Amino acid sequence: MTKIKSLADLRKMKEEAQSKIKLRENSTNPDQVVQVKVGMATCGIASGAKDTMKYFVEELEQEAIDAVVTQTGCMGYCYAEPTVEVKLPGKEPLVYGHVNKEKVHEIIDKYIKRGELVDGIIPVSFKTIDD
Amino acid sequence: MTDYKMHLLICGGTGCKASESDEIKNRLNQLIGDLGLADEVQVVLTGCFGFCEKGPIIKVLPDNTFYVQVTPNDVVEIVEEHIVKGRPVKRLLYTDPNSAEQISDSKGMDFYKKQIRIALKNCGFINPENIDEYIARDGYQALGKCLSELTPEEVIKEVKDSGLRGRGGGGFPTGLKWEITKNVENDQKYVVCNADEGDPGAFMDRSILEGDPHSVLEAMAICGYCIGADKGLVYIRAEYPLAIQRLKIAIKQAEEYGLIGDDILGTGFNFHIELRYGAGAFVCGEETALIHSMEGLRGEPTFKPPFPSVSGYMGKPTNVNNVETFANIPVILNKGAEWFSKIGTEKSKGTKVFALAGKINNVGLIEVPMGTTLREVIYDIGGGIKDGKEFKAVQTGGPSGGCLTKDSLDIPIDYDNLLASGSMMGSGGMIVMDESDCMVSIAKFYLDFTLEESCGKCTPCRVGNKRLYELLDKITQGKGEEQDIEKLKDLSVVIKDTALCGLGQTSPNPVLSTISNFEHEYKAHVHDGKCPAGQCKSLLRYDIVEDLCTGCTLCFRNCPVGAISGERRAPHFIDQTLCIKCGVCFEKCKFNAITLT
Repeated sequence: MTKIKSLADLRKMKEEAQSKIKLRENSTNPDQVVQVKVGMATCGIASGAKDTMKYFVEELEQEAIDAVVTQTGCMGYCYAEPTVEVKLPGKEPLVYGHVNKEKVHEIIDKYIKRGELVDGIIPVSFKTIDD
Repeated sequence: MTDYKMHLLICGGTGCKASESDEIKNRLNQLIGDLGLADEVQVVLTGCFGFCEKGPIIKVLPDNTFYVQVTPNDVVEIVEEHIVKGRPVKRLLYTDPNSAEQISDSKGMDFYKKQIRIALKNCGFINPENIDEYIARDGYQALGKCLSELTPEEVIKEVKDSGLRGRGGGGFPTGLKWEITKNVENDQKYVVCNADEGDPGAFMDRSILEGDPHSVLEAMAICGYCIGADKGLVYIRAEYPLAIQRLKIAIKQAEEYGLIGDDILGTGFNFHIELRYGAGAFVCGEETALIHSMEGLRGEPTFKPPFPSVSGYMGKPTNVNNVETFANIPVILNKGAEWFSKIGTEKSKGTKVFALAGKINNVGLIEVPMGTTLREVIYDIGGGIKDGKEFKAVQTGGPSGGCLTKDSLDIPIDYDNLLASGSMMGSGGMIVMDESDCMVSIAKFYLDFTLEESCGKCTPCRVGNKRLYELLDKITQGKGEEQDIEKLKDLSVVIKDTALCGLGQTSPNPVLSTISNFEHEYKAHVHDGKCPAGQCKSLLRYDIVEDLCTGCTLCFRNCPVGAISGERRAPHFIDQTLCIKCGVCFEKCKFNAITLT
């Protein structure tokens, strides 16, 4: 390990170190950041949900967007796997189907960054016991 | 750099380690490795989460799932269901005892709702053996700011303005202590961290050192800068092996980064930290005894003044602060005195960590703002009394403190209010008692402790406490006499007035406070030969009611000493000379035929 020589160095180091536990910090206040849930059941994984999740994590990290990317169980839209639910702070969650690498890019670029809706939204057609 | 998609935080405090959290961690790592997920899932051993009642605890992030009472055998299910498939393992979630609902996010738990974590902010969040995670949480920023941008006077002013008072129990203003030590002229001064946590039931200092050791090191260096010391010593009891190990790792890492040592952050300030081990004597928590013990002398207190600030370790000015006090310092300097002083009551600022123990549902470590009421602590956070029994009293301040009754449940907890109601803050141990606890026995328990821990130097403590203990013992044996209660009071007052150090001056407190709150219980022992709580065995008598006894022989078969006799289908009898009053017959009888008087 090298010595930290000044306060400025220490501050720089803090920023680097912060990225490693950012996931923990963001998870403590998930409602204030972008939440992405990737359907990760057998059908999802078979259709490439693991890669989809990886793209999300990488690209959000690259764009320096605070987000919590989690996996969830089967959402039921097996015809449209991989499916992803995206929830912006203070907004209703949206579910996208057929999310491949290009779609991930489009969702982040248009919906998460600019709030514009993107094709491929699966309308919610059911009620949950909480409704 | 690897981007982990999931973090698993496992409690690595002493309590959870005793429940095999190391084994859980190893199995998790192995399984995750086998599945090829080692690059995606990070397993972190953290400090104490505080919810010791339900340990070992695993927290899964990013979805914030809080698993309780996990065993090594649950690991496979957690990995296969939650980590691979994203389905939380429902049976390991915490169940709210009131609503019977399962809560997956710890923020929804009553235990955490009213807490504000300052001293414990990193406990259960970071890996205490990784300095980078501490740095990521503003670690050493306060030290850097003080050394580079502030004068010692400015730092001391900030600490004074924050209103922080000593968390070891005395409640002396921390900033003032620093100022006094600073103003004493000397070529060598010392900073000492008092980690000789000795109150029965208190374990906050241990948990801070185990979960966030760097916060204490950073604060010691800041204190050194303020008072003009280049050497810090942590006096820690050898019974805390895990805390010692984590401290050693922390010191080594901080030295490697140059955050402790010579020319810290290029400012020319030098500060070195060493450990000193105590043998676990209660009196060594008293600062003069602590200093003598560090010097290699007998751990006996000496008269004050001179205070350690003037003449302490090796006769040099020494600033002694407690672990929890130090843990507050970096946060105060990062967030500002004004922010800190908004929390708490008028004269007691900030938060206090309490160790909940005894007959309470949620045994554990909590941190609440000063001014929180006992009721909130015991019922909301602590989840109420075990087995639905009635609350009787709570002992605060350990063997030096006193007990508080139902009447005190609504006073806001701070230094002054606790003193006014006949107890004290102490280091923050809270032992909750229910209706089945005998207050005379409680007083005897604490006296037994002080008797054991008295260093024997002064007569009032050495002999006086022994006599107090004998009187209490006599009363619990049912041999108490009319004048004994008065004798207890008189002797207590004399010991308080004449003992040399804090240990002796406070040792009669449990006696005085139980007498003033529960005199009727003492009288019941002395006058009626009865123990109302049914705890003093010598005063109990089990009898079999002839009319109700069916002669089922259940009591006869279960009596461990053969004190019960009788024919099948005929009433049985207890031989009082053989009976050891264990109560087994009372519990076993299905016909309520056994009475307890």
